Formats: sequence, structure tokens, C-alpha cells
Amino acid sequence: MNKNIILCGVGGQGTILASKLIAAAAMKKDLPVMSAETIGMAQRGGSVFSHVRIGEGICSPMIARGTADLILGFEPGEAVRMLPYLKPDGQVVVSSRAIMPVTATLSGSSYSGDVMITYLREQVRGLYVVDGEQACRKIGSPKVLNILLLGAAVESGALGFTEEELREVIKERLPEKFHEINFRALRYARERKETDH
Amino acid sequence: MHREFLMGNEAIALGAIAAGVNLAAGYPGTPSSEVLETVAKRRPRGTYVEWSVNEKAAMEVAAGAAYAGARVMVTMKQVGLNVASDPLMSLEYIGVKGGMVVLVADDPGPISSQTEQDTRHFAAFSKVPCFDPCSAQEAYEMVQEAFDYSEKYGTPVFLRPTTRVCHGYASVTVKDADEYRVNSPDGFIKDSGRWVIFPRLSLRNHEKIEARNETLAEDFSSYERNCIYPPDRRNDASGFGTAAGRDDASGFGTAAGRNDASGAGPFAGTGKKGIAAGGISFTYAMEALKDSPQSARLFKVATPFPFPEKLALEFLDGLNEVLCLEELDPVIERELTYLCGKHHLPVKIFGKLTHHVKNAGENSRDSVNQNISDFLGGAAGQEDISRSQAQSPSQPSSQSSSQSSSQPSLPVRPPVLCAGCPHRASFYAVKTAMKGKKTIFCGDIGCYTLGNAMPLDMVDTCLCMGAGLGIAQGVRRIEPDTTCFAFVGDSTFFASAITGVVNAVYNQANMTLVVLDNSTTAMTGHQPHPGTGRTVMGDVTAKVSIEAVLRGIGVSVVETADPLDLSASVACVKRVAAEPGVKAILFQSPCIAITKPSGCLHVDQDRCIRCGKCIRELGCPALITDNGRVCVDASLCTGCGLCAQVCPVKAIGGGDGNE
Repeated sequence: MNKNIILCGVGGQGTILASKLIAAAAMKKDLPVMSAETIGMAQRGGSVFSHVRIGEGICSPMIARGTADLILGFEPGEAVRMLPYLKPDGQVVVSSRAIMPVTATLSGSSYSGDVMITYLREQVRGLYVVDGEQACRKIGSPKVLNILLLGAAVESGALGFTEEELREVIKERLPEKFHEINFRALRYARERKETDH
Repeated sequence: MHREFLMGNEAIALGAIAAGVNLAAGYPGTPSSEVLETVAKRRPRGTYVEWSVNEKAAMEVAAGAAYAGARVMVTMKQVGLNVASDPLMSLEYIGVKGGMVVLVADDPGPISSQTEQDTRHFAAFSKVPCFDPCSAQEAYEMVQEAFDYSEKYGTPVFLRPTTRVCHGYASVTVKDADEYRVNSPDGFIKDSGRWVIFPRLSLRNHEKIEARNETLAEDFSSYERNCIYPPDRRNDASGFGTAAGRDDASGFGTAAGRNDASGAGPFAGTGKKGIAAGGISFTYAMEALKDSPQSARLFKVATPFPFPEKLALEFLDGLNEVLCLEELDPVIERELTYLCGKHHLPVKIFGKLTHHVKNAGENSRDSVNQNISDFLGGAAGQEDISRSQAQSPSQPSSQSSSQSSSQPSLPVRPPVLCAGCPHRASFYAVKTAMKGKKTIFCGDIGCYTLGNAMPLDMVDTCLCMGAGLGIAQGVRRIEPDTTCFAFVGDSTFFASAITGVVNAVYNQANMTLVVLDNSTTAMTGHQPHPGTGRTVMGDVTAKVSIEAVLRGIGVSVVETADPLDLSASVACVKRVAAEPGVKAILFQSPCIAITKPSGCLHVDQDRCIRCGKCIRELGCPALITDNGRVCVDASLCTGCGLCAQVCPVKAIGGGDGNE
């Protein structure tokens, strides 16, 4: 398996944990893996990203433009920002909830998540939109967006790992008291799809 | 041996542990901080680790231990090396007994730094050998080799990774604990002819250092991490063009149109081109050339100082043109240009000096792909670039630069103070108290540098650690009618602001020092410092009192306030700023990242008059508008209560804040 995955969002959304879990799942399958992420000043409410690369023959943790198999967008505008990295038939899993930057609030300028989602629909054939806000409310915590998106990526078939494989690494990596709520977030996309049908 | 998924910095730490490091000391600074933290976390029994008060102190503590035969590591970021340069410059003349690795993390971009300075230059300046790893795995092994070289030659050595190596993760093969080297220092042996620096000793040792570095340059030419790809370059018969099974027609050389038919040797048909690279840029070049390794000879420079000249000459042999790919300064490029002059080689060297590669900012996969593609004149390094250009991930701030007309403009997200950050309250109190007065606000290095952003706009200057105090004094000497403030964080206070206070008191300055004490070193990841009462090894220690330090120096007025109590803080600032001489305010409130939030505020929509004062004056990320209504983002609010105190109609309440 060879995968280039980009996770992007706003500082504090949990992109780093999600990338660590993907990497851990790859390690469990004995796959070579490299990743890179934003650390430092930009974490304070800035745009953040992680690159995760899985498979033989990787020299660098960074992903080149036009070569990402999957973008996990924690925020619609940030997914658009990273879109140039997506390969032509790549997939995007994105939360529809926009996060207003302080600058937009201050200037009263409009920033609409809907516009971003519309643009993504035009550009990306393999698009999977998650109503992150509603889902987090149903699951009962705003902190599970990262696991929710991982579950959606499993469901979309673009992640390359199964729900069970991710459950295993969540079990190993997160404190036990958070297991149940994260398992719920992980299977949310699948269950919603099942009820939709 | 086993595999672990490690950050580059963690790999460096484990490498040092495997090499039997006895003592590690450093000062936090992005992108270096995780090295020391990991040594502390994973240390075997008997290893000593400390966050020193600054880089100079760390260097001196480590030097003492190395004199006593210990293996030591000192960690810092590139600007920290400026602070540590005084002891290091002299230490190179004295030398070490135990191995000493000076870990200095450079920050191309810069992503979290004031400068794009290049430690490879510092290596040449200080004559300290320098190792430049390209990956987490290489860094893990290189740090162990660096210790061996340090002991073999009796000199401190630099290990100089850059941000993408420090903060890149990889599955790294590491040693098990029973494979670690055990190093038992034999203690300090008195010898004033060796350990006491005098001009005569310096002259003698200078001669030795120059001779040693010539020997070391030879040695480095056979150091396996300096290498030429493909490795069988000297075997003309089996040129790798054919060995790789590529047909000439599709080679990049043909596209370049530079291949002369008579070209002998392995580069026939390839234009005799070479690429020299170091650090992360080498891995970018490898990726670019992955599908066409025969298109150019590749030289990996793992020891930029002393430069492996002999190997470099082998690399240059028979080439017509060389492209240098490196971040920060053109160090490899200058060395190769120099070699070509020295040996009258007809090789053109391209890079930053010739404006073929941009001379500032970090390289990326894409920039290197482009550089190589331009150089080879063909399709090398071009992956499927079907989409419009990406914005640099390290500077994702500007509006969309896409050619696609339909892409909506993207939000700008500059880093801001966190919701509930006590620094916001401190800045706002000073701003409110000094409204209408002629003031200058000198900032410093830390999270609170972000106080410069609108709407606070409370940082007029920022230079380097501790500089705000001196700048405030200097401005006031020229503008006696200006009220001068210097803001400094608690960790920065201990690291390098105390001399500034002494200078102010001694020279009868008139200024107000504002210490923003959040009980941690927040920006670099919440390291303890002398005021926290904890050490990196987990010991409880006596807290050094900032107030007692200030009083001891002779600052006459020292007042302490809770910045989240707005009216009391404003009154405090007014009172203290009106005093003559050097005076200080200690704003004490812990960083939100090390305390539990005290509940979330809410806006009473019936009371709210939508004046927008809270948003306009504070710029708190938790205050948002929704169809003209002011709301609190529950996922961000910590309940600090500052906005409730700013609201003119008391429409914001809840949490533990003042209702």
C-alpha cells in the first residue's frame, strides 16, 4: 500500500492526534511511514496541516503538489487551501463546519463554509462531506471531530485501514475513559450510512 | 533493535541515550525543544538532564561535565546559539575530554524564529565540526557517530538539523536498552595548562585546530554519510544509465540538448550534470530523481564543515554543471565554487549565488522539483502537477493565489493569543490605563509577541530575548516625554532580562517593566523554568521569586496584580507608571493550557446592544458573530471573564468570571 494523506484544519482541532493514529495503524501493519506537521507559533489559531506518507520507497515526509490520495479537511476553507496537493482522482473527506478567523470577526467580512463546500463539490469527484457540528453534538463532545473524520475516511474507502484497525490503535493510544466516545465517533459515518439506506 | 514511530527530535534524543550521554542541558526553542524533553523522559538511571536558565548556562554546565569525561549534549535553536556563542568560541580552543554534541536546530522559513541564520556558518566561524542529518533515521545514527568524532578529535561538534528533520516523524530502527553504550566518566583531572585559557595556550591550540580540521576534512571524505549517488560512479564500463535500464532517448540529457556525443563515461547523453544537496533538501532531490536516477550525479553533503574536499573533487570530476540545493545560506555552493577555482575545474556551479534557487525561505518538494526540472531541462521531478500552485504550507496566510477563477478567497488565519489567554488581559489593562498618553510598548520573545496583532496592537518593538528592557531605556533617553514600557514573560525574564533590569537601575532609567508571569514557558511547549518550582527531571525545587529578584536589584516599586481583574489591573498600571525611576508590575495568571477552564460564558441576547465593543477591543477567538449577534464559541471559551468586564451593558455572564 502506498498512500499520501494530508490532514488540515485550524490549530487546536486535533489534526496531530489523527495523523498519529494513522501512522500507528501503518506501523502495526509493518508499513514504512513518515509524517510532518505544524508545530510552534502557527498552532495558535493558525492554519495547520499534517502530511502522512505510507509505503515503500519514501525519502521525505513531505508531500508534493498533485500527489495526495486523500485530504482530511477539518475545516472547509482549509480543505480548499490544501486542494492543490490532491491528485486528480484523489478523495476529500471534509467537515462542513467553518471556523471564523478572528480577523474575519473583527473586520465583519464574510467567510462562508457553504461557498467552500460548493467549490469542493465542483472540483472533487470523490468528496465526502460530514456535518461535523451535528455529529459532534449527537456523539456528545466537540473533541471527537478528528476520530469522526477518520471514520468517514474509512467509510469512503480512501484511508486504506479498517474500522477495526483504527479501534485497536485508539485503544492503545488513548486513555480508557475516552475509548467509548471515540468508538462511537469512529462508527458514526458507517451507521449513518446504514440508516440512510 | 526495534522500530518506533519517532519525531526527528525524539530520534536524536534516543540516539544520544544510545551513545551513553551522561548529561544533557539546554534551553527551549522551536524547533529544538523535544530533544531535551525526550532525553529526560527516556533517560536511563544516572543520566542528568536540565533546562538551564539560558543557552549560555547550558553550554557551560555541559563543558564542565565534558571536562570531567562525561558524554554531554547541549540543545538549543539557532538564535540560542547566539547566546551560547561566548562559551562555545572559547571552548573550541580548550577542547573537551568527554564527547560533546551541540544540537542546534535551524529554522528555514523562518517558521518560528526571528532570523534565518545558518549554523553551518557558525561551524566554520567557530571551527567546530558540523553534522547535518537529512532524516530522523539518519539523525538517530549520526548523533552516535558525532559523539565518536567528538572524542576522537577532542572537540565539541554540532549536530544541526532543520525544522522538517526535527519535526518530521518516521518509523525509526533504534537500539534496545541493553545495546546502549555505558560511559563512566573518570572525573576532572587538574591540569591548568589544559583547562585555563591564556593567550599562549590559545595560539598553540589554534595551530592544532587548523591542522586537525584539515585531517578531519580528509576523514569526512570517507565518512559514509557523505556520498555520491549512484555509488558505482567510478566504474565507467557499467554506467548507470545502462545499468538502470533506461533508454537514452527518454533521458533528461536529451531534452536539455547539452549532451555531446563524445561524452565519455557514465554521463554520456546526460549533459554531465550533478546536484549537490544537504539536509532535508537532499531527500527532496532523491524524491525528484527517484524515477530517473541516471539523469544526474547526486552529492550528499552530511558534514558541511570541515567540507569533505576530496570526495567533492571526485563528485566534480567530469561534470560540466552542478546545481546546489540547500536551505538558508549557500554554504555547499560556495565550497564547490571555491574548489573549482582552486583546482581550475571547468564546472559551472549554480544555486542561490547565481539566482537559480531562491535565497530565502524554506525549500519544498515542489520548489526542488522545479529547480531540478529547470536545471535538467526535462521532465525530471515533475510529478503530476495538474492543479494550480499550492500555497506554501508554512505560510498559509495570504489570499488564494490560484489561477482558478472560481476558487473562493480563503480566510486569513494569523496566529493569535488563545481564548482566555491572560496576556490579552494584561495588554488590555495597560492599553486602557495609558489611553491618550505618549507611550511605547517594547515587547519580547514568547507567546506575548502575539500582542502585536489587532485589535490589541500592544507590541511596538520586538528584537530578541530580553531586548525589550534595553530598547525601552534607549527610546526614553532620546524621547524623555514618552512613557516607556517593557513587557517580558517569566521564562524570558530568567533567561535574559535580569541584566537589563540591573542596567536600568544602575543608570537611573525611567521605565515600567511588566512581567507577564503565566507560570510556564508557553510558546515552546510548557517547559518548567526557575520560577515554577519544578525541574525537567520531575524534581521539586525552590521557586526563584521574580519579585524578590526585582527588589534585590533595587527596583523601588514592585506591584503584583491578577490581569483577569480588569479594574484593579488598570488602577495598578496607572499608579505604578506614574512613579519615577524603574518600577515593575507582575501580572500573575497561569497559561490556559496548564489550568482547567472555569466554565463557559454566554451572551444574554436580550441585554446585548450589539455595540461590538467586546469583539472590537479584545480580539478573542471565542467571541464570534452569527448574523449580527455576538456569541461565545463554547469549544474555545475558558471563562476568563474579561469580555464580561468590558461589556458596557453587562450582557455577558456565566463561568467563574465577574458577572
